[in-house]
Amino acid sequence: MSADFLYTIEVILNGLMAGVLYSLVALGFVLIFKASGIFNYAQGVMALFAALTLVGLQEGRVPFAHLINAVFGTKVHHFDWTLPAIAAIIFTILVMVLFAVLVEKLILKHLVNQEPIILFMATIGLAYFMEGFGDLMWGSDVKTLNVGIPQGGSLWFEDFTIGWAAEGEKFYGMYVDLLDVWAAIIAISLVLFLTVFSQYTKSGRALRAVADDHQAALSVGISLRVIWVLVWSISGFVALVAGMMWGAKSGVQFSLSLIALKALPVLMLGGFTSIPGAIVGGLIIGAGEKLFEFFMAPIIGGATENWFAYVLALLFLVFRPQGLFGEKIIERV
Amino acid sequence: MNVDNTKMMDIKNIVLRFGGVVAIQNISFDIFKGEIRAIIGPNGAGKSSMLNVINGFYHPQEGEVWFRGKKRGSMKPYQIAHQGIARTFQNIALFKGMSALDNIMTGRFTHMKKSIFSQIIWAGGASKEEYENREVVEKVIDFLEIQHIRKTPVGALPYGLQKRVELGRALAAQPELLLLDEPMAGMNVEEKEDMSRYILDVNNEFGTTVALIEHDMGVVMDISDRVVVMDYGKKIGDGTPDEVRNNQAVIDAYLGVSEH
Repeated sequence: MSADFLYTIEVILNGLMAGVLYSLVALGFVLIFKASGIFNYAQGVMALFAALTLVGLQEGRVPFAHLINAVFGTKVHHFDWTLPAIAAIIFTILVMVLFAVLVEKLILKHLVNQEPIILFMATIGLAYFMEGFGDLMWGSDVKTLNVGIPQGGSLWFEDFTIGWAAEGEKFYGMYVDLLDVWAAIIAISLVLFLTVFSQYTKSGRALRAVADDHQAALSVGISLRVIWVLVWSISGFVALVAGMMWGAKSGVQFSLSLIALKALPVLMLGGFTSIPGAIVGGLIIGAGEKLFEFFMAPIIGGATENWFAYVLALLFLVFRPQGLFGEKIIERV
Repeated sequence: MNVDNTKMMDIKNIVLRFGGVVAIQNISFDIFKGEIRAIIGPNGAGKSSMLNVINGFYHPQEGEVWFRGKKRGSMKPYQIAHQGIARTFQNIALFKGMSALDNIMTGRFTHMKKSIFSQIIWAGGASKEEYENREVVEKVIDFLEIQHIRKTPVGALPYGLQKRVELGRALAAQPELLLLDEPMAGMNVEEKEDMSRYILDVNNEFGTTVALIEHDMGVVMDISDRVVVMDYGKKIGDGTPDEVRNNQAVIDAYLGVSEH
């Protein structure tokens, strides 16, 4: 095989892996949108907040340290303990569940039967509040997150592929980041889990039921409020997974919340109501933007990754507004 | 039908208003344990509103609902479902994207008690509970003779079968009181006969108390034990089918009264 061909494969492979991370963020959007028709603008910030909380708990940081120091003139910053990763993850899940309960009690409960645009505005408010709250609680410095996921290139894969190039070609094997591989494995498990959960458990069925028909759901004994807490908890959990992966890859920093914007084209491609759509959409965007950069950047100048996804999404909006997997939009006249 | 004249439900002086419109004006009636109780009346008489009061979608401004000898406080519809009241809707309200089987499984919601944690790890009894309830559902499916459409998304089913799946979802709850809002609307004669048979069988075999709204007079008179007649939000008749048939106010409401 020629080296150019192998490079292309490598680019696609890495693009797909990067796409998995987009998918993880998009997944959280889909879950909430399907169950309650709310486009949750705060999904990206939830990922950031979850990652901040995870690092904070793991390193034993004092929450609100800046505030405490400013008010009392103290100099606290860390407790003298650290938590093992798994314990920190479990506590963070509990925090995200608590967050879901608060969102329901303080926001959603008061906005029942409001227009979708009002609920959307509420989530924008929520996003900015959480960003500020996260800053106040854990500080705005970039934090390194290490939960024990292997990182760096896979030497095994390099050795495995190095012999693929033709004799005499310059090729040193394919580079695949172990973290990306783990992210892919975790994303796949997450989707399998969500599928099984929604098919074969009472709560999963209740989630789907509420997404379909509120009145009928009530009539079989399903409490909408409990379901909303459940849905926000699950997407809080998905946000944690996404935040953990992004955080491990590029540090926990506030630009993480901007990643949520990349989930938008993913959703336009995959459809706002489809879990497989979120995954496939992420993969297409991930592989597409890397390939485009690889081939087109030398011709039209670099930095195509910044806009390629959005242009692709625009094209989709024109030709297939419901996305690849979304429910058909049927207008009755 | 083992009607033993104990009151399962007692509805006392219900008044329901929407703004200035009075949908239900001071209506009282009771439902005996084990009977088939029909509510009939012309369009806009307030029959569906009455059903919505019973199952908690509407909260009447005045009046009381007594269920199993206790006065019912202000309750949400889902809480009322947990008390053992199931219903169907006039304009079928199924979960369109889900299979017939899954729709009927949601009817078991009130019987499944395992914690969310148990469901997540699919252990600690959640799987056992799932299988047990699945068995109940399979019995309902056999009873309604819809084995062949178990896995079909209900949105793709013809109207008559959708009605049957909706009945199945209500039956799966094994309710004490089953509310049916026009179970035979839009059906052909054959489908109506089937549906009548299912309602009678449910009542006979499981002793389920049924309250239903229906337009087809023939069917109503055939299958009900007692009938309430409503017109313009008022009760104008109450009794056995024969009594109601010979009630002058009822005849006037249905046939129209000539001005003298």
